Amino acid sequence: MAHAAAPPDAAPAVATHESPAGTLGVYTQKLGMWVFLTSEVMFFTALIGSYIILRWGSATEWPDPTKSLAIGITALNTFILICSSVSMVKAYAAAVHDDQSGLKRWLLTTVVAGATFVGIQFVEYRNLLHEGFTPSSGLFGSTFYAMTGFHGFHVTCGVIAMAYVTLRAFRGKYAGGKYEGIETIGLYWHFVDLVWIILFTIVYLI
Amino acid sequence: MAAAAHKHPNYVLIWFYLAVLTGAELVVALLKVLPRNWLVTALIFLAIWKAMLVALYFMHLKFEPRRLVVTIIAPLPLAVILVLAVLREYAK
Repeated sequence: MAHAAAPPDAAPAVATHESPAGTLGVYTQKLGMWVFLTSEVMFFTALIGSYIILRWGSATEWPDPTKSLAIGITALNTFILICSSVSMVKAYAAAVHDDQSGLKRWLLTTVVAGATFVGIQFVEYRNLLHEGFTPSSGLFGSTFYAMTGFHGFHVTCGVIAMAYVTLRAFRGKYAGGKYEGIETIGLYWHFVDLVWIILFTIVYLI
Repeated sequence: MAAAAHKHPNYVLIWFYLAVLTGAELVVALLKVLPRNWLVTALIFLAIWKAMLVALYFMHLKFEPRRLVVTIIAPLPLAVILVLAVLREYAK
């Protein structure tokens, strides 16, 4: 046993380090986030699955989303979300290398990009509602607002959580290579981006 | 040291792939030159490709222990079964 030979004054094993026993080889926060994300997979599958089934079984002609929705502004929003994923992963890399100014800069970029996404979605909703396209506008309306609404809610939660993490970063809480918190919130953020990639295709393009 | 858990992939290159694939999706969806079935297949293929890039490189699944990856992938077949099983109700 290697641990038995450790001197009594050796630093105690920190729970956040890789490969403690019984956590599938990753630290506890990361495992917890992944377990949560797999349940989120089933949540969004229920929404997307319902959409596919309702659309497939629809007795009336389904409207062409590329004509009835604003594809240009949504494509721009998709691009913004992808960019925010890159800035998030850059923040993670900065945290790993203990580059504090890089960490703050990239986290801030991610928060701003995420907030921009929510803002653009808000404008999109306002325009659509103004045109008379509401959650009561048939199956297309209700499924559209249910799916994009729940996704937007996830992004909003992500922005709030990310703002909190950024605040902590400015207080130096992730100094000294403590990257675990950044990686864990990053997993959530990338997942929200991943869901949008699927939603954008299914709701807006097909 | 835990910080050196794995090498960093070229994140900017992944971003470039994602941007190009998004552009390809828009071309396929808006030009509508493909027959409907092929168009849907192509768009779903592109979306899964992009989702895989995000999961493998941004979420680091490519670098995680296999037992974690298996745990995460396990519900995906269930998700597909859920949709296919209910879809049968509408099979024409």
